[in-house]
Amino acid sequence: MKIYGVALLAFCFLVGHILGDFLGKVFHLNGNLGGVGFAMLMLILLNDYFKKKKLLAEETESGILFWSKMYIPVVIAMSSTQNVKAALSGGWLALTVGLLATLACYLFIPIMSKLNLNN
Amino acid sequence: MFFILHTFQQFQLLFITLFEFLNPILEILQKNGLVFSFLLVGLIMYVSYLLSKILTNHKIPGAAIAISFGLFIAYLGNGEKGIASIPIFSGMAVLGGSMLRDFSIVSTALGASFAEIKKTGWVGLLCLVIGTVLAYIVGGSVAYIMGYTDAKSIATIGAGACTFIVGPVTGSAVGASSSVIAISIAIGVIKSVIVTIATPFVAEKLGIIDPHNAMIFGGLVGSTSGVSAGLAATNPKLVPYGALTATFHTAMGCLLCPSILYFLTQFFID
Repeated sequence: MKIYGVALLAFCFLVGHILGDFLGKVFHLNGNLGGVGFAMLMLILLNDYFKKKKLLAEETESGILFWSKMYIPVVIAMSSTQNVKAALSGGWLALTVGLLATLACYLFIPIMSKLNLNN
Repeated sequence: MFFILHTFQQFQLLFITLFEFLNPILEILQKNGLVFSFLLVGLIMYVSYLLSKILTNHKIPGAAIAISFGLFIAYLGNGEKGIASIPIFSGMAVLGGSMLRDFSIVSTALGASFAEIKKTGWVGLLCLVIGTVLAYIVGGSVAYIMGYTDAKSIATIGAGACTFIVGPVTGSAVGASSSVIAISIAIGVIKSVIVTIATPFVAEKLGIIDPHNAMIFGGLVGSTSGVSAGLAATNPKLVPYGALTATFHTAMGCLLCPSILYFLTQFFID
């Protein structure tokens, strides 16, 4: 059943958030420390485990897949509800960071693939 | 004169009838905001993907056009909530709110698998960490130089340099302002467009020619939509390998940026 997949996703999401919130309190930082990241890692681990044990039915998986196909639409809706008027002055910042960050990442590709060969 | 006045009155009457006819429809749309937002976003995506195909021959990904379109219509609204400040579009704030956003982002983890990434060995893991930290440092430094001095904004902009997902996830986790989150989305979109366009030209020079290096590329660069589209234009066989590590990069970004990296940023700023 598809709802099993959605429920599994909800379980990972909530555990991740609780963990992130807990860490936020431990480190006295207001906010959720990496909750989404924890939830994603948990889903990856559970998915690997269930696949190995052949416990994850295709129907179940399709319940999660539906939401993963919804993420671009959700991001579009999120973009349309931001304070873009106030952000417009940051246009140059966005362009500069976008360019420099991409360039920096590209420069590391040859270095990392050399490390890979040496291994 | 009488004739003109007469037509004017007729027009007025027409408008009034039109308004009376539309008003209940608008009311229904507003009451069912979330469902209306499904329709709206669907239309935005349809038009964007069509434009991507016709105008750019898929060179600029439809997703990037659609997100830019989202940012544009946010400008049409007024203030803090973008387009959702207009009551009839308030459903967009539900669909794009942090709950459904985080829920759908977590679900993308299904595209990643430890069994697969283990094949790249420790280099694969190193790529994920370097890719995230490097983008964060570049983004955060530029933000600091350009006048952002609070840890929340610096962390959000640094996270935006990872992907357009990591930026807003970090932004709402640490409580950054909506305008800074908008900038972080824009950075991620720009990165995804550059990666899509540039990858086919530089792939051979950088050695992105086999699955191994495609995984390194995805892990370092991160932007899943950019990596997938860029590899599709280079060699479609490499797409799953790049997308796999890029998904891990998003998870790594969502994990590190609002936690350790934000923590360190606050430590250095104060």
